[in-house]
Amino acid sequence: MKVLVTVKRVIDPYVKVRVKSDGTGVETANVKMAMNPFCEIAVEQAVRMKEAGIVSEIVAVSIGTLQSQETLRTAMAMGADRGILVEVAGEVQPLAVAKLVKAIVDKEQPKLVIMGKQAIDDDSNQAGQMTAALLGWPQAAFTSAITVNGDTADVTREIDGGLEKLTIKLPAVVTTDLRLNEPRYVTLPNIMKAKKKPLEVLKPEALGVDVVPRLKTIKVEEPAKRSAGVKVADVQELVAKLKNEARVI
Amino acid sequence: MSILVIAEHDGKLLKPGTTNTVTAAVKIGGDITVLVAGHQCADAAQVAAKIAGVGKVLLADSPLYAGGAAENLTALLQTIAGQYTHILASATGYGKNFMPRLSALLDVQQISDISAVVSADTFVRPIYAGNAMATVQSADKIKVITVRATGFDAAAEGGSATVENLAAGPDTGLATFNGQELSKSDRPELTAARIIVSGGRGMGSGENFKLLEALADKLGAAVGASRAAVDSGYVPNDYQVGQTGKIVAPELYIAVGISGAIQHLAGMKDSKVIIAINKDPEAPIFAVADYWLVEDLFKAVPELTQQI
Ligand SMILES: Cc1cc2nc3c(=O)[nH]c(=O)nc-3n(C[C@H](O)[C@H](O)[C@H](O)COP(=O)(O)OP(=O)(O)OC[C@H]3O[C@@H](n4cnc5c(N)ncnc54)[C@H](O)[C@@H]3O)c2cc1C
Ligand SMILES: Nc1ncnc2c1ncn2[C@@H]1O[C@H](COP(=O)(O)O)[C@@H](O)[C@H]1O
Repeated sequence: MKVLVTVKRVIDPYVKVRVKSDGTGVETANVKMAMNPFCEIAVEQAVRMKEAGIVSEIVAVSIGTLQSQETLRTAMAMGADRGILVEVAGEVQPLAVAKLVKAIVDKEQPKLVIMGKQAIDDDSNQAGQMTAALLGWPQAAFTSAITVNGDTADVTREIDGGLEKLTIKLPAVVTTDLRLNEPRYVTLPNIMKAKKKPLEVLKPEALGVDVVPRLKTIKVEEPAKRSAGVKVADVQELVAKLKNEARVI
Repeated sequence: MSILVIAEHDGKLLKPGTTNTVTAAVKIGGDITVLVAGHQCADAAQVAAKIAGVGKVLLADSPLYAGGAAENLTALLQTIAGQYTHILASATGYGKNFMPRLSALLDVQQISDISAVVSADTFVRPIYAGNAMATVQSADKIKVITVRATGFDAAAEGGSATVENLAAGPDTGLATFNGQELSKSDRPELTAARIIVSGGRGMGSGENFKLLEALADKLGAAVGASRAAVDSGYVPNDYQVGQTGKIVAPELYIAVGISGAIQHLAGMKDSKVIIAINKDPEAPIFAVADYWLVEDLFKAVPELTQQI
């Protein structure tokens, strides 16, 4: 079966993000970028399923500027067979992402779409569930295990109280949680090989999708800072502070 | 304005975030209806009817809504959504699962995880793991919103809403619910606890978490963890606090053997008082701590348990 995975280019998760002084957003100039970690898990899952003989082809999709081609190349170095970039200059909100992914699914007809549970920049946690809705497919959000059995899949989802088990009909959309797998590192030979894999660039108009943001960002600010704390010498002092100063115990 | 709040519950009681979500609805202003959808959940509907500010409770009691599966629930919601200007649910694993699906079915851009209400169409939400706060305005006809419980107080009791039955919607047949494996614990739930004791990779093993459990039991606290502790298999996934785990803001958060990565801070830095115990004097967790102790946890934690 064919699998489609989505990969978003985001600010590297270990970079300290800075709010722009004009309040319009966060600083992205000269900032290290990376593939969204949950998308890495999505690609890894697809590659493992291909290695296990369940998947025949992996198509990676990214939406963003031409620089997102790098993210697609990384996905291909991990094992995706080809890439599709939907080139958009500005912000693309999750509903528009879902519409674009749906349009590509309509063309590509994959049996499974694997997306990250959340993009670590907008922290929306929406696009996967939205894509499933627009396709009229079942969804398994926040999955930590998936087994495909012909036309259905058994999935384990991470929920607030523990784990939930579902059987979903295929085709379906799955979103990845942290425990699904540990993504592999890309090797130099695979990076070289990825350069030769096909990468198609499309425009949203060609897919008939309106990507104009629905939510208007009025301003972006720094969060409130905590006031500086104090170092205590030992447990005794700590207990005294908790009882007499903070009065929380 | 007409607001629908979708309750999260276990059939008998409401989950902690639901009453905070009602408070967010009160801040938006308007008639508030609470939907309790589930299987054998009439008791939870009675509890919802007692929340101050709630005008009506809709009870959709059917095996179709057992568990947290989104497909049938959103099919039901789609039939009533048009009656509301705002649809709210907690930004918990439950709400995050079905709300975006509903939002897409309504052709609406959801507003995730709001921590403040500015006006009926404008909200504040954290982005980049809480390193920035965005104020966003929605022009959509229905505002579909998930609410970060720590941004709002719990609504008080004192209401006496009517409970009406809502007939079940269609069975989409897309997903079969095969049960849940819930972590069993006598301790309070993480998102409801007044005190949380959290352990990180520094705990070294699941066995060593017993040290934290002893402290937690003495304080009546919940036990949480960093991602590293969960990934290492010390504790189950539902213990994880952080950007991609649970967001908590207790009166007291005790971080033990946790370095303080931004993804962890994202989940706990709004706690009222933060204590950190770490043997590394440079640990970034100290930057958000009110009181910090540089010591080996295997010495400090038993002492602390003994002295309080
Ligand atoms: C996409 C993404 C999402 C993430 N989401 C989350 C999330 O939701 N929650 C989360 O927590 N993390 C999350 N992380 C992971 C995060 O980046 C850190 O890796 C993680 O929080 C580290 O956990 P830790 O502090 O327990 O481990 P470490 O960073 O290894 O720190 C262990 C600490 O224990 C101390 N220590 C060791 N032994 C002792 C001792 N005997 N006594 C006292 N102190 C001791 C050490 O000095 C050290 O500071 C995420 C990462 C990514 C990329
Ligand atoms: N611009 C994008 N390009 C590719 N995939 C995306 C994009 N935006 C979101 N996604 C996918 O949707 C998931 C959820 O994103 P979000 O709803 O923004 O948190 C991400 O983990 C990605 O897999």
